[in-house]
Amino acid sequence: MSAAAPGATFIVLMLPFLAAVIAPWLTRRLGHNAAWLLALAPLAIFIHFLGFSTDVADGGIVTGGFQWVPSFNVSFSWLIDGLSLTFVLLISGIGALIMLYSGGYLKGNAQLGRFFSFMLMFMGAMLGVVISDSFLMLFVYWELTSITSFLLIGFDHTREASRRAAIQALVVTGGGGLALLAGLLVIWNITGVSQISLLLSFGDELRGSPFYLLALFLVLGGAFSKSAQFPLHFWLPNAMEAPTPVSAYLHSATMVKAGVYLLMRLNPVLGETVWWETILPVFGGTTLIVGTLLAIRQTDLKLMLAYTTVSSLGLLVMLTGFGSEHAIAAAVLYLVAHSLFKGGLFMVAGLIDHEAGTRDVTRLGGLRKAMPITFAAAMAAAISMAGLPPFVGFLAKEEIYYALWATDPWSLAFVAVAIVGNGLMFVIGFAVAIKPFFGPAVKTPKAAHEGPVLLWLGPLTLGVTALVAALVSPLTHRFISSPMASAVAGEAEEVTISVIPHMGPALILSIITIIFGIIAYRMLDRLRAGMSFLLAAIGWGPDRGFDQFMSGLVRLSVAITRFVQPGRLDIYMTVTFLMIAAALIGPMAWYGEWPAMPVWPDDVQFHEYVVFAIVIIGLLAVIYARDRLTAIVSLGIQGFAVALIFMLFGAPDLSFTQFMVETLAVVILALVMTRLKLTASDHRPTGQKVVDMSVALACGVGFTLYLMAVTQQPFNTALSEFFAAYSKVVAHGTNVVNVILVDFRGTDTLGEIAVVMVTGLAILSLIRIRTSRVKVADNDPDQNGVSDQTAEVR
Amino acid sequence: MRTVIFRSIAPYLTSLMVLFSIFVLLRGHNEPGGGFIGGLIAASALAIYGIACGVAPVRRAIYFHPMAISAFGLFMSAMAGVLSVFAGVPYMSGLWIYPHLFGVEVALSSVLVFDVGVYLVVVGAIGSIALALEERDRD
Repeated sequence: MSAAAPGATFIVLMLPFLAAVIAPWLTRRLGHNAAWLLALAPLAIFIHFLGFSTDVADGGIVTGGFQWVPSFNVSFSWLIDGLSLTFVLLISGIGALIMLYSGGYLKGNAQLGRFFSFMLMFMGAMLGVVISDSFLMLFVYWELTSITSFLLIGFDHTREASRRAAIQALVVTGGGGLALLAGLLVIWNITGVSQISLLLSFGDELRGSPFYLLALFLVLGGAFSKSAQFPLHFWLPNAMEAPTPVSAYLHSATMVKAGVYLLMRLNPVLGETVWWETILPVFGGTTLIVGTLLAIRQTDLKLMLAYTTVSSLGLLVMLTGFGSEHAIAAAVLYLVAHSLFKGGLFMVAGLIDHEAGTRDVTRLGGLRKAMPITFAAAMAAAISMAGLPPFVGFLAKEEIYYALWATDPWSLAFVAVAIVGNGLMFVIGFAVAIKPFFGPAVKTPKAAHEGPVLLWLGPLTLGVTALVAALVSPLTHRFISSPMASAVAGEAEEVTISVIPHMGPALILSIITIIFGIIAYRMLDRLRAGMSFLLAAIGWGPDRGFDQFMSGLVRLSVAITRFVQPGRLDIYMTVTFLMIAAALIGPMAWYGEWPAMPVWPDDVQFHEYVVFAIVIIGLLAVIYARDRLTAIVSLGIQGFAVALIFMLFGAPDLSFTQFMVETLAVVILALVMTRLKLTASDHRPTGQKVVDMSVALACGVGFTLYLMAVTQQPFNTALSEFFAAYSKVVAHGTNVVNVILVDFRGTDTLGEIAVVMVTGLAILSLIRIRTSRVKVADNDPDQNGVSDQTAEVR
Repeated sequence: MRTVIFRSIAPYLTSLMVLFSIFVLLRGHNEPGGGFIGGLIAASALAIYGIACGVAPVRRAIYFHPMAISAFGLFMSAMAGVLSVFAGVPYMSGLWIYPHLFGVEVALSSVLVFDVGVYLVVVGAIGSIALALEERDRD
């Protein structure tokens, strides 16, 4: 079968990134109509992966890939089963619609090309997350979704609120990503495998390990932060600062489900323990209730939807935690349904905002006649969200109640949670779909009329899909729900629910939910007032806590920096040299391995005495120099004497280099000193002199002892013999030193010259800083340019 | 420092030193020398020229910003390692060819390219520091 060719799958996985590269160019040429072409990329992905669906529906698992870093057993490999296939189809299918929608929504925006590019990059990253088989690949893609989400939330980077929301999302989800990495490494260490497809047979080993809890908590840290579980939910509503296509795509349909994906993926190996079946339902249930209660308070369409996204994610986590057959089926159905209706509702909210100029629900009304297609799409999504037939949301809700219904108190509590949560989501769904469209026409900032095809195509297609998927439920179950549920459960499972209601506890619970929802809907204004009052009374929330945390972090690092970097050169120098002396003398004192007193050699030649004399003269000249410049030059005398010694003992290369370094050091030091506007001579208080002298002596004595100790060891000639023997034969050079530098250890040298260059760059900027600091205000590019020029001119 | 004698001699001295530095660079594989020491010599040549005749003539003479020279050197060295990809050997393996130019056999190698890169990094980095310091000397 051609679709299974690994090369094709690899190209398809890279396709969004390629499209991201050409997107800005294409947009410059075609304007917002580039969306039509760019949407072909996700469409191609969709079609490619559709080719796997028969295989996967028959219970097959397709894996592929290639070795990446074989020595670490890291591969670039993918795993296509029911779970990843459903996610891939959602990401690429909704992705294609979102690309079109973005073209309509941001038409005329100067940065549209960049926006397309970010969106496509995100798409590629998200595909990678759900299709990765290898842990490291999963982690890399996982963090890439956080980074692209950061770029998209901060897309409108001139507004402070956007920037704050972007940083907040990055800190929370990126931090969670690090926890995930640690968790995956723990799992890797316990089981010894780094691939999900291999991991599945290690479930008992993992659950029995003493490190199970550590792995579980770390993985949950990653999943809960990404999927906005209470109390880490606060970043998601703030992320609504992003343009609406981003909210519809990343923050409802795809990215925020990555955490749920992870939990579902690891359910067969980490699940079915008391911890799993307690933590997940409790956190999920709490998130469900908190999310809906906070949603009630909002009047902004997007924020209302954002909080219900939080609660939907809570519901999904809760169901995944129960882990029973029906609970998994319910989670699977609800996940698909939620992607369809929430993506659609966000696009509707954006459409209303785009056409009417506001998305405050209290300032909208009577748009039914002006925007009939939007109205239809909104109703389809809201009915699905409310869980009414004949939409796929109904299937999901029936299955939820099948799964939860039992008569023990633990289950009853969660049934109550589900009824309240679903009832309130019913309220929000209809508040978004009905309030703006019915009632008397309200004057809106813009005269509303139907949006262009680019804008309504997406929500309408999603609404129709939700309807068709429910009507042909046997097909949906065969190709989507059953394979996905089997992958989540780790064993074959059949989902059978259909749109025809059956008498039973589930139906009764549904009816209770609907009645509760209708009552709450009529009391919406009073509930909203009550919630605002309550929240005002509490005052503090995790969102404010985040700010406190961040400013505390900044204060802490400022304090540490102040302590470690006092900014006084003499302190740095003293500390550095003290450390050197301690490192040299410490070990010898600790182990008592002092060198023996050297014997004075008999055959010292006259010229060697002369060299020693030069060294000593240089030393005295430094000490007795009247001014600084003389001292610097005298220091050079010593350097040259050392170079002479190297020469005498047969190291011409070393000597040569020493000469040059010494010369340049003196020249540069002298240049620096003339710049520093110091007094010509050095007047230190006597106390300071004593301290500095002791430090200098300690360093000198340390080096002497160390060198003596080293030379008293028997010399191991293995390396020199190797290089002498192979320098000419292997590397075609007779200068061993140079051959080592550029050939045998060339990669080391590459690193060293990189350091040389970066150091040069750093020094250069340090020299420049002093001229421009006075005049340049921070963050002002124009002024910066001007003052740079003036510095250049002078 | 700007005595007439020094100023008259400096250009000749500098050109001699640069020439010598290239000589040292090229002989490095078999005799004492090499990219690092050659680079140091060339950098001091630039420094001398700068001290004698001012920084502007030096900047004009080398045309590129010294830091750009340094960066190009680093790039060149890294690329010298990449050459071995085409021969199917590990990164940084030395590759040699012996073309005959004007009847003389010349040994060329990726190692030489690498060494020239080292030379440029050192000239650029040290040279730009020295020049920047000399420049500030005047204001």
